[in-house]
Amino acid sequence: MANKFFVSPSPHIHGEQTTQKIMADVIIALLPALCVSTVVYGWGVLLLTAISVASCVLFEFLIQKFLIKGPLTICNLSAALTGLLLAFNLPLGLPWWIVVIGAFVAIAVGKMTFGGLGKNPFNPALVGRVFLLIAYPAQMTTFPAPKIEGFVDSFSGATPLAAAKAQMVDYGSFDMLGMFNGAMAGSVGEIATLALLLGFGYLLWRKVITWHIPVAVLGTMALFAAVYGAFSFDTPHLVLNFSVFHLLAGGAVLGAVYMATDYATSPMTTRGMVIYGVGIGVLTMCIRLWGSYPEGMSFAILIMNAVVPLINKYVKPKRFGLKK
Amino acid sequence: MKTFPIGGIHPSDNKKWSKGSAIEVMALPDVVTIPLGQHIGAPAVAKVAKGDKVLTGQLIAEAASFMSANIHSPISGTVTAVDMQPNGQGLRQMMITIKREGDEWVEDIDRSETLVKECTLEPQAIIERIKAAGIVGMGGATFPTHVKLSVPPGKKADVLIINGVECEPYLTSDYRTMLEYGERMVVGVTILKRALGVEKAYIGVENNKPDAIKHLKALVAAEQGIEVVALKTQYPQGGEKQLIAAVTGREVPPPPGLPIDVGAVVCNASTTVAVYDAVQKNKPLIERVVTVTGKQVSAPKNLLTRMGTPIASLVELAGGLPEGDVKVLNGGPMMGRAMVNLSSPVTKGCSGITILSGAEVSRDVATACIKCAKCVSACPMALEPYYLSKLSRKGAWDVVEAHNITDCIECGSCQYTCPASLPLLDYIRLGKQTVMGRIRARAAAKK
Amino acid sequence: MTVLLFTVLTLCVLGVLSAVVLYFVAQKFKVEEDPRIDEVEKMLPCANCGGCGFAGCRNMAEALVKRDDISDLFCPAAGAEVMKAIADYLGKAAPVKEPRVATVRCGGTCEKRPRTNAFDGAKSCAVAASLYVGETGCAYGCLGYGDCVTACRFDAIHINPETGLAEVDAEKCTACGACVTACPKGVIELRKKWPKQRAIFVSCVSKDKGAVVMKACKAGCIGCGKCAKVCEFGAITIENNLAFIDSDKCRLCRKCVNECPTGSITMIGLAPLPKEPKVAPAPKAAPAAPATPAAPATEKAEK
Repeated sequence: MANKFFVSPSPHIHGEQTTQKIMADVIIALLPALCVSTVVYGWGVLLLTAISVASCVLFEFLIQKFLIKGPLTICNLSAALTGLLLAFNLPLGLPWWIVVIGAFVAIAVGKMTFGGLGKNPFNPALVGRVFLLIAYPAQMTTFPAPKIEGFVDSFSGATPLAAAKAQMVDYGSFDMLGMFNGAMAGSVGEIATLALLLGFGYLLWRKVITWHIPVAVLGTMALFAAVYGAFSFDTPHLVLNFSVFHLLAGGAVLGAVYMATDYATSPMTTRGMVIYGVGIGVLTMCIRLWGSYPEGMSFAILIMNAVVPLINKYVKPKRFGLKK
Repeated sequence: MKTFPIGGIHPSDNKKWSKGSAIEVMALPDVVTIPLGQHIGAPAVAKVAKGDKVLTGQLIAEAASFMSANIHSPISGTVTAVDMQPNGQGLRQMMITIKREGDEWVEDIDRSETLVKECTLEPQAIIERIKAAGIVGMGGATFPTHVKLSVPPGKKADVLIINGVECEPYLTSDYRTMLEYGERMVVGVTILKRALGVEKAYIGVENNKPDAIKHLKALVAAEQGIEVVALKTQYPQGGEKQLIAAVTGREVPPPPGLPIDVGAVVCNASTTVAVYDAVQKNKPLIERVVTVTGKQVSAPKNLLTRMGTPIASLVELAGGLPEGDVKVLNGGPMMGRAMVNLSSPVTKGCSGITILSGAEVSRDVATACIKCAKCVSACPMALEPYYLSKLSRKGAWDVVEAHNITDCIECGSCQYTCPASLPLLDYIRLGKQTVMGRIRARAAAKK
Repeated sequence: MTVLLFTVLTLCVLGVLSAVVLYFVAQKFKVEEDPRIDEVEKMLPCANCGGCGFAGCRNMAEALVKRDDISDLFCPAAGAEVMKAIADYLGKAAPVKEPRVATVRCGGTCEKRPRTNAFDGAKSCAVAASLYVGETGCAYGCLGYGDCVTACRFDAIHINPETGLAEVDAEKCTACGACVTACPKGVIELRKKWPKQRAIFVSCVSKDKGAVVMKACKAGCIGCGKCAKVCEFGAITIENNLAFIDSDKCRLCRKCVNECPTGSITMIGLAPLPKEPKVAPAPKAAPAAPATPAAPATEKAEK
């Protein structure tokens, strides 16, 4: 017989999903937000993103080729995704070399030192971003105003959260719809809440992520803000507005949907994911309300990243067949 | 619609290749080889020697213990050898070889087509007949059926579930059996109910087989206490524990827990037909329906085949192997075993021959685990496959035992869903085998 | 200035206080342990290979120090010299053990044992062995996925990509036995270590009948028994269609090698015995110092 027989243990068929396809799906999910940002801020957004993505891929390539001398994995698109997410967390107008430094820290320090994809305890893009935030605070907190016609700057040039920190937000009359559509100052990728939610829907449909982490994060933030608001405001209308404001402002949606759900740095069980999400929500609101930084999403996620191994160790699935 | 509570995957069912072909009775084989160990438990003990003449349906090997099964000659002729022969995996195993001469049957077997509905035997007598006929689970697990029906003292069965799920992709033997032998199967269900003394029986069928559901519903309309349950298609619904959970909502306790601990007994659809044949017609388990299928198989078929027929002759009937690289599976693509020796015989647990070709043959190259947790959410037994696999690979047997590796049903959902194409189950199975061995060794040391 | 002084003083006082506290705590919780255990542990290879039967070198060192009779304790990785040194240090009788070396008893190279199928599962001998016969027709031989390589702590065993078989580096091998345990086929055996890495062994473990062996592999032992008949030292036994040379009885006389019809008796570091030894008395000198270059010459002379 001319046939060549193949043998392996079962199962003999494999599902459609591969690492590369998953990464590509997340990148696709992020594209609407990139488009909105380009409309709001202009072509500079694309340039910034291109620099970030290119340098992340380049650094991963260089490290794997010359330092580790292992197999090249840039084709799985994870470095490109890290670059895209890093760009989303940077303000437009950042000098190119700072972006490159951020990409270096993200890939070299945040990812490759731990052994590459899947082994990094912290979200690489956030490691890069937080490094830049501490190293270049001035550049990292200078946000250009949106360049769209008829834009009413309700937060006088600052980001909504910076304005809130300075007690300059009128919760009765801020432009809720505008914030939802992307008309606010902020990092490249965090402003377009609607587009980000669109991407979330895509990820759910493609079964790339489950709803647990994003819903836990955003739900906790809304609840926390509502409780805090109940003590600070008189009318339920203001309390509600305050809660919605915190969901729309800053990187809440970007963080909850795209940064917190990073596979390697989030828990393995659904219950663990909920605990992790709640933790991020609480920490974010604590930093926002009582910390010295206006935004706390990045820090909250990184702190909870550190807790993930503990969660994985103690939060196990309920064994099949044990009495409830 | 009902289904099991946790995990599960949705592979493309690929049943279209063979589901349309009616069961064909295969010509009698000239030579058969019958392995003595084709069921779970102790291998049977040969009762014939070289040179003996045997009749179709004659007992040729006897159950070695309670947890074992009788084996009967599928053809009439002369025993030419009782020796070690390679099985489908190329491993040598004790087998009886019989050369066919004519087609003479043992006298007391009723070979007529008439449907005998009436059964007045006592439960114990039914179980005895099933035991004598050497019936084992024909879905692939090959657990002796009489053992299942002998409810241990202190326990009580209150529900019988007939497994017509056939969740394995490609396979259609149970589906065709339900469609074409439905009448016999329903009588089989009443017999099993009688043997167990249960009021209620369910026939679980996945909703990708709507015509089987319709046909069976029409057949059981006149019967008391038999209900056809349509289940949402999801792999591995045909797993015993998954099926019980899907139909009754009860969860079988972890090992050493058994279905009977929640009052359930599960029996495969084809096995139920065999039970009918054994009890009503006195016909032992000497033939079964085998699906021969594959995307590039020119004539996929469902064949009624005598046990011991060489698999190569089935493949030949279906149009032979496709060109180039192939992977021939005894069973379906999720749990079937790859074969290297096609002259090996059809056995009691062989529900299908799946021939994979082209891109399906080889696995993708494994890459690094990205901790996506898809294996955890796909696992129907609520295990953490990534963790068990990694530690089994390292040989941390104590840790994997503490993490319930023995709960694993080896369904392969984790590996199917892994985006990094890691051989998760390969190592988990190794770990499970090792841990079970250690548990047995500990138990033996205690005695 | 006062601030500076105050700070320095406070820190100094704090430091001294902590030191005192730490000292007493350390005294209180001090674990009395024989200091010789540390010394012995240092003398051991610290590879924690488990070859001695203990979990690690520390446990071995403890046992060596605490037990009076250490004759049954032996570290294969360290070897006799180190064990002697340890025994001298402890003032006990040194355990005596002949040096051994791991030996891969399979000669089924890619060439001699053709592949009949392609294994596509996890690259692990244990996985393949529990699944099926293997990539060749032989159910007993080396599978070549390297479970032994993973198990070896001394980098002493490797898979030769050309033959597809495991090969032992006798220089590095410490006979700890990790590979013997790791091999699911039981191909590896610890055999007596002769000087200059000399060895004679049956490189086959197949218990199949001769016809089955020959079909699967050209280098397999068919259990014909010719070798056992020619052996003068009773070192060769035939059981289950398989010859076995007891390495403790074998004297490396090489007679069996010439008898074997399939060439499954492997010889390392020795010159082949001339085909008709009775005719030529010359090779008598050969066993003492078998110079490899001389061997072909003798053979030529025979022809």
